[in-house]
Amino acid sequence: MSRPSDPRKRGEESLPRAAAPLLGFCRLLRSYSFAIAPEQVSSFMQAVTLLGPRSMTDIREAALATLAPPPDRREEFEVHFQSHFYGNASAVVEGDADEETRITDDGGADDERIEAEQRQEGGELSSALEQLSVRDFQRDDDRLSGFRRQLSSALPARRSFRTVRTHSRGKLDLRRSLREIVSADGDVPSPLLRRRQTVPRKFLILIDVSGSMKLHTSDYLKLAHAAVQGADRAEIFTFGTRLTRITTALRIRDRDQALARAAAQVDDWDGGTRMGPTLLAFLSVPRFSSFARGAAVVILSDALERGDHAELETAMRRLSARAFRLSLATPLAGDPRFQPATAALRAILPVLDDLVDGSSMSSLTDFILSLARPAPRAATIWKRVS
Amino acid sequence: MPEANTETVATSPEAVAQHLAASRYLADDSLATAIFLAIRLGKPLLLEGAPGVGKTEAAKAIAGLLGRDLVRLQCYEGIDAAHALYEWNYQRQLLAIRHAGEHEIDIYDDRFLIARPLLQVLKAPRQRVLLVDEIDRSDHEFEALLLEFLSDFQISIPERGTIRAEAQPIVILTSNRTRELAEALRRRCVYHWIGYPDAEREAAIIMLRAGEVAEATARAVAAAVRTIRARPLAKPPGIAEAVEWANAATILEKGGSPWPEAFRRAIGVLIKDEEDLSYIATELGRIVEEALA
Repeated sequence: MSRPSDPRKRGEESLPRAAAPLLGFCRLLRSYSFAIAPEQVSSFMQAVTLLGPRSMTDIREAALATLAPPPDRREEFEVHFQSHFYGNASAVVEGDADEETRITDDGGADDERIEAEQRQEGGELSSALEQLSVRDFQRDDDRLSGFRRQLSSALPARRSFRTVRTHSRGKLDLRRSLREIVSADGDVPSPLLRRRQTVPRKFLILIDVSGSMKLHTSDYLKLAHAAVQGADRAEIFTFGTRLTRITTALRIRDRDQALARAAAQVDDWDGGTRMGPTLLAFLSVPRFSSFARGAAVVILSDALERGDHAELETAMRRLSARAFRLSLATPLAGDPRFQPATAALRAILPVLDDLVDGSSMSSLTDFILSLARPAPRAATIWKRVS
Repeated sequence: MPEANTETVATSPEAVAQHLAASRYLADDSLATAIFLAIRLGKPLLLEGAPGVGKTEAAKAIAGLLGRDLVRLQCYEGIDAAHALYEWNYQRQLLAIRHAGEHEIDIYDDRFLIARPLLQVLKAPRQRVLLVDEIDRSDHEFEALLLEFLSDFQISIPERGTIRAEAQPIVILTSNRTRELAEALRRRCVYHWIGYPDAEREAAIIMLRAGEVAEATARAVAAAVRTIRARPLAKPPGIAEAVEWANAATILEKGGSPWPEAFRRAIGVLIKDEEDLSYIATELGRIVEEALA
C-alpha cells in the first residue's frame, strides 16, 4: 500500500497459480474477437471463487454468465471452452470461426482474380467506353454522398412519445412553467409549451445477391453503405439462398473496408434465389422481423422466383402487414416495355406500395429520397400503364 | 434481517433452484447459477430469450424467493426520465402555492414528489426488486440513462440533491433481443440466455403451473409443442401457451371430447396466428397422435 511497486508484478504475486488458465481463457476468447471487458474478467474470477468451483460445469456456467457470449456465437464459445480446458485441440479446427474464415479467404481470392481479369480486358480495349464508365462512377459517388446527407431528413417520420420545447403549437409544459412561476414569485409569465417530437422511421433494405442480379449488387451495396451512414436506424440484409445481416459491417465509415467486410460475410453470392423461403426466414426471427415493424422497407430484387411462388406471396403479405411502406425496386423496370407480367410479380403486386425502377443509381436514390411523400399504390399505377 | 436473507437463501445454486421451485418456478442449472451469481456478486441480471420462455416469471420468482416486492418498469419506445425516475406533481405544487398565500412553503417537499420505479427501488433497496422489462423496446437514450443508474445506484434531483441507495438493490433486466443492447450494458450484467426447456422439464412446468392436468397429458403436450416449435411458424408457442393448451384440452376432455379431438379443438390457445393455424392444421392430427403414443 505504502511501498510503490510495479503494479503488474504485484498483480502476479497476488493471483493464485490456479487462476492462470481462467485468464488464459479470456485471452483466447479475445483473440477470437469476443468483446470481453476487464471488468468481466474480474467478475468471472469472483464468480468461479463463489461457486467453489466444484466441477468444470461450474467454471463453464460462470463463464457463460459473466463473459456473456452473444447467443449466436454460443457454439463457437463452447468449442473454445472445450479446447482450452480439456485440451481438445481438434475441436477448434472444426470450429465455426475457422470454417467461416476459410470460406471468406477463398471468396476473397476469387474476387481478386475476377477483378484482375476484368482489368486485363480493359487494358486490351482501353476505349472511350471505359472512360465513360469511370466518369459515370464518379458521378455516382457524388450522387451517393448527396444521398447520404439528405437521407435522414427525407425518410418518412412518425411522432415519438418524447416531447421537445417549442414556442408555438404545443401543449402546456407544466414542469418548466412552474419553475418560471416560482422564479417570478408567483406571477404567471407567458406559458411555455412542448410538442411531441417527430423521428425518422426505421429503414430496411433487403438486397438480392443471386446470379440474376449480378450486374447490380455492387451498386446496391454502395447504396446500402450510404444508407447506413446517413440514416439513424437503417438495417441491411442480403438474401440469395440464405439470409445475411450486413448492417454491422456497413457501419464502418470507410466504404472499401466496409464493403470488403460485408462481402466476406455473405457466402451465397451469385447463386440461385429462394426469395420466398429466405424472406420467411427473415420474418421468423423475432429480432429481424421487428426491424420491419413500422419501417420503410425496400427490396432490391428482380423477383424472379422459380417454381412455386406461394411462399413468396405469404412472405410479402406478412412483410407489408408489418411495414409502413413496402417497395420493390427491380432492375427489369428500367426497360420501358416492362410489365409486371410474371406470375410471381402479379401475385405480389396487390401488397406492394411501390414497384419501381432499380436499374440505375440515380433512379434508386431519387426514389428512396421520395419515400416520405405519398404516392398511389403500385397496383393502381401499373394498371393504368397497361 | 433482509440482508441476512440474501445470504441464507443464496448459499449455492442448488439452494437457489430449490427455493425457486418452492415459488413454483423450475429453473435449470445454468439459470440457477446465473441468479446465484447475480445475487452474490451484486450485479444486475440480464435475461434474454424468445417471447414466452418465462423471463418475467423468473423475475417474479426471484422476488418471491427473497421475500421482496417486485417493482416493474415496462419499457416502450420513447420512455424517458419522467416515467422511469421521478416527476413532480405540478398541479399540487400550484395549488399549494395558491393555498399558502403569504406563508413560506417548500414546494419541493416529499409530498409533491412522484416516485417512479427506479426511485422507488432506490428508496427501499432491501424491500424491493427492480424488474426492467423488455429493455430492447426502449431507445438508446434510455439505455444510457439506465447505465448510469445501474453503475452508481443513485439519482440526482436538481431541487433535492442526490439520492443514493443505502444497499445494492437487486435488478433484473429482460430483453426479447429485438435489437442488440449496448455492449456497456451487457458488460455490467450477469447474463443468461433462456432457451425453450427440454420436453421433460416442460412437462414438469406444465404439471406445476396448470390446475388439474394429468401427468400423461402434460407429457403429451410437451412432446407435441416441441415438434410444433420445430416448424417454421411466424410465432412459435411459448411455455405459457403450452400450459394454457394443456389446461384447455383437459377442460374439453372433461366436457366430453375424446383425447386427440380435445387437443385439436383447443389449438386456438396454443397458436394465435391464422396463417400458422392453416399451416399446422394438416399435420396436427399426426403430431398429437405421435405425442400421445
